[in-house]
Amino acid sequence: MIPDDRKYTQEHEWVQVEGDAGVVGVTDHAASELGDIVYVDLPDVGAEFSAGDSVGSIESVKAVADLYIPVSGEIIEINEALDGDPALVNNSPMDDGWMFKVRLADPGELETLLDAAGYEDLLGK
Amino acid sequence: MSDLKQTPLHQWHIDHGARMVEFAGFAMPVQYEGVLAEHATVRDAVGLFDITHMGEVFVEGPGAGAWLSGLITNSIIKGEPGKVTYTAMCNEQGGTLDDMLIYRLTEERWLVVMNASNHDKIVDWMQRHLPAEGVTMDDASDRTGLIAVQGPDSQDLVGRLEALAPHVAPIAELGFYTHIAVDGPGGEWIVSRTGYTGEHGYEIYLPAGAMLAAWEELLARGEDLGVRPIGLAARDTLRFEACYCLYGHELSEDWTPLEAGIGWAVKLKKKAGFIGRDALAAQKEAGIPRTLIGLEVEGGPIAREGCPVLAGDREVGHVTSGTFAPTLQKKLALALVEKDFAEADLMVEVRGKRLATRHRALPFLAARVKGDPRAERALS
Repeated sequence: MIPDDRKYTQEHEWVQVEGDAGVVGVTDHAASELGDIVYVDLPDVGAEFSAGDSVGSIESVKAVADLYIPVSGEIIEINEALDGDPALVNNSPMDDGWMFKVRLADPGELETLLDAAGYEDLLGK
Repeated sequence: MSDLKQTPLHQWHIDHGARMVEFAGFAMPVQYEGVLAEHATVRDAVGLFDITHMGEVFVEGPGAGAWLSGLITNSIIKGEPGKVTYTAMCNEQGGTLDDMLIYRLTEERWLVVMNASNHDKIVDWMQRHLPAEGVTMDDASDRTGLIAVQGPDSQDLVGRLEALAPHVAPIAELGFYTHIAVDGPGGEWIVSRTGYTGEHGYEIYLPAGAMLAAWEELLARGEDLGVRPIGLAARDTLRFEACYCLYGHELSEDWTPLEAGIGWAVKLKKKAGFIGRDALAAQKEAGIPRTLIGLEVEGGPIAREGCPVLAGDREVGHVTSGTFAPTLQKKLALALVEKDFAEADLMVEVRGKRLATRHRALPFLAARVKGDPRAERALS
């Protein structure tokens, strides 16, 4: 089941609203497709981005994938634990393996993202 | 993937959760449970690889040995039947056409094992150089299955195969880079103490029709040893740690085996010479311009194949292979660099970012191939 407490993107990221911020990570599907993740390159705290920007990368043993930001805003926190333990993304992509928090510049952008049912449809295709 | 060649285990791989990818015209399993777990299985216990994509050509006749010798860089004529030799095959300019294994089956019968990606090129090259008489070539690639059994428990496991049980003693006595040929289900089976992992291991060439039964028997009889199927992704990380060359990465027609660090397999003094000898001798005389080195990138991303290597602002080479080394828990790279910069402070450029490196001695991980399959080893 896809949790319905957050929004999703076509690029297999999720964003969960926490006050005026969004917590961003990648989905179970993305983590499993990438395989064993060995390095996550996260954006700098304080950097500002627009929705859809590439803000970092996720590396598995075999491949590198871009990390996109689903909503516009300033990075206010990154998950420091991923530096020492990138496997958190495989083990707990939807919780402990979160990537960064962004201050939502335009909460209205959330409406353009997929809900759980929409994301499930995407995976089903 | 429907127009790809399939191995006899194709359906088995799919049924057992393998992720299938195209590799050299074949549909091959890249991973089953995950590359890190599979890598660890081979280092700690034993794993099975379907490497049927490799090309096998039998060469036979009174002139076969001398003719083969003239096509390859290493020396094979002095070897007794039972010997296996690693060699390069070069063009006239000394560029590497492929690296390969040569089995001396009898005085006059040989087996040449080449990379799948170079199979058509090498068969064509051999045919073009085939003498009018005295040597016959038989490309057996489509009817030959190949299972690699690799890891500290590989000797125990191989001996449990019913077809090989009568040969347990000679298999136990096989030295590194030797083989035996036996009668098994479907015809001739060749078992060699060879591999591409840095572990004690065997490669079993067998008739394609006998392969699925042998594979399933190995998995069933090795359950207590923790045997698992291993995909191409872990095959790559395993060979990378042991610093075995991979064609298209460390080896290419654009540079010589001397540059790629396999000069030990180039015998310039071979009496009858070989194709590429003069070019290689001239390069050695003039000074080998490039050399393969090991680099560690601390922190940051992985420097992968193709990343530029820099000394100051000058590009002095490129990464040939780079990955996370699971046993060593480090981000490492093999790089081909200009000789004068082989010991310089070097940086690698990854997606526009320059990263500091530290030199690491090769091989990154010493191979456990000479005797004790569980030998302690120094980590680079």
